[in-house]
Amino acid sequence: MKFVDEYRDAQLADQYARAVARITTRPWTIMEVCGGQTHTIVRFGIDELLPSNITLVHGPGCPVCVTPVELLDQAVEIASRPGVIFCSFGDMLRVPGTRGDLLSVKARGGDVRIVYSPLDALRLAQKYPEKQVVFFAVGFETTAPATAMAVYQASQQGISNFSLLVSHVLVPPAMEAILASPDNRVQGFLAAGHVCTVMGYTEYEPLAEKYHVPIVVTGFEPVDLLQGVYMCIKQLEEGRAEVENQYARSVRREGNQPAQQLIREIFQIVPRKWRGVGEIPQSGLGLQERYQVFDAEQRFGIAGYTAEESGECLGGLILQGVKKPWECAAFGTRCTPEHPLGAMMVSSEGACAAYYRYRRPTSHETR
Amino acid sequence: MKPADGFTLSCPIPIAEYPTVLLAHGGGGKLTRALIEHMFLPLFRNPQLEQLHDGAVLELAGTKLAFTTDSYVVHPLIFPGGDIGQLAVNGTVNDLAMCGARPLSLSASFIIEEGLPMETLWHIVQSMQHAAAAAGVAIVTGDTKVVDRGKGDGLFINTAGVGIVAPHVSIAPGNVRPGDVVLLSGDIGRHGIAIMAVREGLAFESVIESDCAPLAGLVAALLDAGIALHCLRDLTRGGLASALVEIAETAQVHIAVDERIIPVTDDVQGACEILGLDPLYVANEGRFVAFVAPADAGRALEIMQTHPPGAGAARIGSVAEDPAGLVTMTSKIGASRIVSLLSGEQLPRIC
Repeated sequence: MKFVDEYRDAQLADQYARAVARITTRPWTIMEVCGGQTHTIVRFGIDELLPSNITLVHGPGCPVCVTPVELLDQAVEIASRPGVIFCSFGDMLRVPGTRGDLLSVKARGGDVRIVYSPLDALRLAQKYPEKQVVFFAVGFETTAPATAMAVYQASQQGISNFSLLVSHVLVPPAMEAILASPDNRVQGFLAAGHVCTVMGYTEYEPLAEKYHVPIVVTGFEPVDLLQGVYMCIKQLEEGRAEVENQYARSVRREGNQPAQQLIREIFQIVPRKWRGVGEIPQSGLGLQERYQVFDAEQRFGIAGYTAEESGECLGGLILQGVKKPWECAAFGTRCTPEHPLGAMMVSSEGACAAYYRYRRPTSHETR
Repeated sequence: MKPADGFTLSCPIPIAEYPTVLLAHGGGGKLTRALIEHMFLPLFRNPQLEQLHDGAVLELAGTKLAFTTDSYVVHPLIFPGGDIGQLAVNGTVNDLAMCGARPLSLSASFIIEEGLPMETLWHIVQSMQHAAAAAGVAIVTGDTKVVDRGKGDGLFINTAGVGIVAPHVSIAPGNVRPGDVVLLSGDIGRHGIAIMAVREGLAFESVIESDCAPLAGLVAALLDAGIALHCLRDLTRGGLASALVEIAETAQVHIAVDERIIPVTDDVQGACEILGLDPLYVANEGRFVAFVAPADAGRALEIMQTHPPGAGAARIGSVAEDPAGLVTMTSKIGASRIVSLLSGEQLPRIC
């Protein structure tokens, strides 16, 4: 298949792996930011091809994983109410809050629907004017433009039975939080290609300079990731710390400007709590005041939820690259996809889910 | 998954952690398995059921009779490449074929929701008749129920089937041996993606058609040629991955397959990439895997490739002794990973 097969080519992958081995003279720790990249690495076994002194740690780029537990509880609360159609992306449905997950709400009779785009939710609102249609707006800068478009259209068309539970988050503040942490061991980043497709990569340039860390904008296929690792190691070995673009077939330095403009029209930058990590300043998107009529928290009067996390889940440390999934005592025993203690075990971008699904229980310690 | 050793009558519900049944309990993954192993199997236990095969083989007056049943709840009732009626005949015919049986007779029970257009029912019944004729089976008994509007999803069909297994034939997961070759009858994932595309209103450049097809003729050809078939499994819910994992666990063998050889068409691959699904877990209705003695593998593959539902057949892997109960796969770039059961159905991802 075009645009896929050539980036999953075994020979090319092998060439890059050898090239990485050739230029690596000492141990390095690199973080791939996006959970989609983590899954490619674990599913295709990219880490197995790399020299053993290169450690890949898995970053915070899993929107499902970082959505705060309070918000899941709010989602469960709203979805359980009569007269509500609650719309969500598929992989939010199994994520546990403190009051269960959305699939259980569905099993109890709640009208919970999987949508592929926030605009599908908006269409449901038009189709069922007697219902309240709520969209669970999670995700990074990648999904924010689509959410913004739904709000914009709802506003233009005066659709009053549509609202959103918003938990959009931003990548650069999270990367800075990792770099500023005293526990940080990340020496180079593979930045999330799809986020950069929307936002470009000028935001990363001050980070690379301030923390003297190479940042390579990287795609999601095996050859993309190996090339990204190669570019990052090359910078590290040469003592450079620049922003480079491996994913040039999709990403331009300035990004997608109309999408950014739409995001700025609808959203303002707000502090946001990240599940397992805590509040990060200026790290989220909230609705601008003039669009807050679409805020589900206000519409349903459920602002100010607080909830306690299971203390056993190490998700926060794993998201920051401090721990690996199998270093958690609950991994694969008390925490499984059937009985998750945290979101990372059930998200299709969660690192714990990747290791649970693709790796043999005994093979972890080898890396 | 532990056997239900701890199950006693003082335990009111053996699956206590789920107070209600979830859709995932019917998804063909781990939760379905848990329901069978902790609830159905302990109470209904008998040697035939313990095989956990697609059907049971009963010895009746010196004849080996294969017996199976399946319910069809697909929505929409009519989809690209088939409909619920064709599925209801072929699915049960295929389950019989997977026991090594020659299908003979089917039953058909209709649970119809009030308000179903008569024209739709007529289309589906005609389609069942065509499928039955093509598979050489007779629908010999049946039942009709109509439920109130809103109490069904248009139409549910249950079919049961019986077939005759030749005396020397023994096909079951427990017969899989180290050294066996794994043959796959064709490209995977078409049925699941065809249904999802219609159900979710996803428009792709080309219409993806279900692979729904009867497999009994192909299996009969393999048996007639004297191929040493150790196990057959059709790849329905849960797809290729779930079938392989179930067989590896039941037979306590290691199955190793190669992702680079598993056929997936470009349109199915493209749809899976967009939706974030793995074609290994997507449902099929006209595909199976065969575990064959190594000496017969080449001949078996030739036979499969000369029959229409097996035209795209490929040799995708082999069976070893250790590590028992595990399926591993060589990835597209040559590294190795395990293949495991999912909890329930795959859910489309965020981005």
